[in-house]
Amino acid sequence: MLKDTAKFEPKIVAFCCNWCSYAGADGAGTARKNYPANVKIIKVPCSCRVNPMFILRAFQRGADGVILCGCHPGDCHYSTGNYYTRRRMALLMSMLNFMGVAEDRFRVEWVSAAEGAKFAEVMNDFVAKITALGENVKLRDLRCKK
Amino acid sequence: MQKIAELMQAKAIELLESGKAEKVLAWRAGEFFYDNAPAAFSNVDACKEIVYNEFCPANLAKYLIEATKQQKKTAVFLKPCDTYGVNQLLKDNRIKREYFYAVGTPCSGMLDEKKMKALGAKAILAVTCEGDKIIVETAYGTKEFAKEDVLLDKCIMCKGNKYKIADEELGEKLETPKFTGDKFAAVKAIEAMPEEERFAFWQAELSKCIRCNACRDICPACSCEQCIFDNQDAPVAGKAAADDVEEQLFHLIRAYHVAGRCVGCGECARVCPQGVKLGLLNLKFIKDINEFYGAYQAGADATTPSPLVSYKDNDPEAEEALQRRG
Repeated sequence: MLKDTAKFEPKIVAFCCNWCSYAGADGAGTARKNYPANVKIIKVPCSCRVNPMFILRAFQRGADGVILCGCHPGDCHYSTGNYYTRRRMALLMSMLNFMGVAEDRFRVEWVSAAEGAKFAEVMNDFVAKITALGENVKLRDLRCKK
Repeated sequence: MQKIAELMQAKAIELLESGKAEKVLAWRAGEFFYDNAPAAFSNVDACKEIVYNEFCPANLAKYLIEATKQQKKTAVFLKPCDTYGVNQLLKDNRIKREYFYAVGTPCSGMLDEKKMKALGAKAILAVTCEGDKIIVETAYGTKEFAKEDVLLDKCIMCKGNKYKIADEELGEKLETPKFTGDKFAAVKAIEAMPEEERFAFWQAELSKCIRCNACRDICPACSCEQCIFDNQDAPVAGKAAADDVEEQLFHLIRAYHVAGRCVGCGECARVCPQGVKLGLLNLKFIKDINEFYGAYQAGADATTPSPLVSYKDNDPEAEEALQRRG
């Protein structure tokens, strides 16, 4: 049976740092900016709390897209956390690409507490992209030869 | 190499008798000519069992973790490439310098008996080296191979004959295989494939895996006390209850966990009973780290911080890094 892509509602997991991006999401709400309900936010103390395994786990458990949001580099509440995140996630993204697992289902964005509008914009854009890509099955199929 | 084995035996006896070491880590003959196994010697009489030849590929570095736990001074024989693993373990605070005595052991490249068999040598009785010629005596007569054709894969990309850490060096340094090619050639070939082909390649490779955990157990960088792939509730160490996450993402997670710490020794691929091309995942991380954050060789010393525990203000963003490549 062919899937009706128009009705496909992706599941998006957004890891947001407590100090900037989570507050940014709040800001989007207070400013009455819309963003799709597909985005499920998980609050983390810092973007560097996000182990690359969390992202893989989210994909494995059925997420169609994962986005990691943190403070802009230089603005980390803990001074340097997001610099480590940046290195880790660059390597993870490159590896997903290397394994042929669509790396564009995973995204890293820096959103500050004042950027409610940017938060809404980023989420709208990401949900639109993932909706176009369709359901994510590749990571679940990585170890089963057809 | 017979001469080196004799030197090793004498050195082991000397270290044990002088009390410089309570235990010596070396290799002992296995059941077949090609499976010399790591062994610990604490008895002077047993030291004559120490063997050393072109079939001692195992890195003894990881056994030093146990020596540090037991707080027993242990002497260890290290080939030049093994010293990288020791430095990495020191950097990871898994071993302590005061508990081991490193004896540099010359190596001219280890051989692969599987390659000899593939080239038609059946029922091999003995293997001798004469420079670049390998003479193989079989039950059906003598065969001769060029050394480069029967070198272990990991030895083709030899890091050279310099010890990165050693309290003393045994005998003269030997000439190591010269590698002039691009060690990332295989990684680049996969990068050049279209996405679907890349995915199919890895799907086929990783589907061979039987989850024996040998790649994890051999790795000098993979040294956590409690591994996420072990079942913490089981009374014996073992695989976690088969969970799709662990099963399917094992290799991705394994390679990521040693990113920035992988010394590129190639042991994981060597011990894989299924011949999964595991080394490529590690090489990919090494290549990315070199390109994004500057050339880095894990284990070259025990002090430089690993790239994943350091940063620069102007590191590339994830998307930017992807585009910068190539």
